[in-house]
Amino acid sequence: MSDGLKVVFGRRYRFAASHRLHSEKLSEEENCRVYGKCNNPYGHGHNYVVEISVSGTVDPATGMIVNLTDLDSFVQGEVIEAFDHKSLNEDVQAFRATVPTTENLCIEIYQRLKHFSLAKLERVRVEETSNNAFEYAGEEIQDRVTVH
Amino acid sequence: MVYLTRKIEFSASHLYHNPGLSAEENRRIFGKCNNPHGHGHNYTLEVTVAGEPDPVTGMVLDLKELKAILEREITERMDHRFLNYEVAELKGQIPTCENIARVIWTLLEPKIMQGRLHKVRLYESADIFAECYRNGVSPA
Repeated sequence: MSDGLKVVFGRRYRFAASHRLHSEKLSEEENCRVYGKCNNPYGHGHNYVVEISVSGTVDPATGMIVNLTDLDSFVQGEVIEAFDHKSLNEDVQAFRATVPTTENLCIEIYQRLKHFSLAKLERVRVEETSNNAFEYAGEEIQDRVTVH
Repeated sequence: MVYLTRKIEFSASHLYHNPGLSAEENRRIFGKCNNPHGHGHNYTLEVTVAGEPDPVTGMVLDLKELKAILEREITERMDHRFLNYEVAELKGQIPTCENIARVIWTLLEPKIMQGRLHKVRLYESADIFAECYRNGVSPA
């Protein structure tokens, strides 16, 4: 419709995973100071909430930007199966070289979902706890924390 | 610019059915939402208005006034209604979250006289929502 309005569809998903925040670029003391309890060598876990927003034309035949079942199966395959009940550091390739902060997790999820063909990915929001939330909408990131 | 958001809740029933499609296609596309007798949700609506605070009152707009607009335009029209049959603005449309959010925007925009309507976010459940805003406006 050419009424100048944009409509976005949003969906929230959940997964549980563990992580440890530790940078090989920092000394033991610095890791401890920067990451605090999150640097505990055995890691710890969260119940993550991932909110995906997509935009597109609302199909007059269905009233939908995208069928929920199509979005669900894509997110399930690209994100939930890869992350749920996993160690982000050990089980997700991207985090073998990158600190799995929730900032980086947002970016990783965005990268996994941006090729969705049925609607345009607008943004990814990840809630690490009910008090910590991060959003990423896809601008180029130059300084992602990478551990060599 | 300041953004203020007011939240309301309403409960309504709906069903998804396109008479131009076969019964099988309706079931395939809409799944359980195609149940002919309908089903219901507790909807949560967040309405965000953008503006500068008035230098005298300190308000973008009087929340009492926004509350009255939402009551008159949305609650009275949609609360405890069957959206397919009882909301004229949705006639001929599948009452998805996307379409209801757009109808809500269209109803509210001309009524907001102080500040301007910035965003409408409608939750059908805690995990499903639709947003409507002007093209080119950052939704944050």
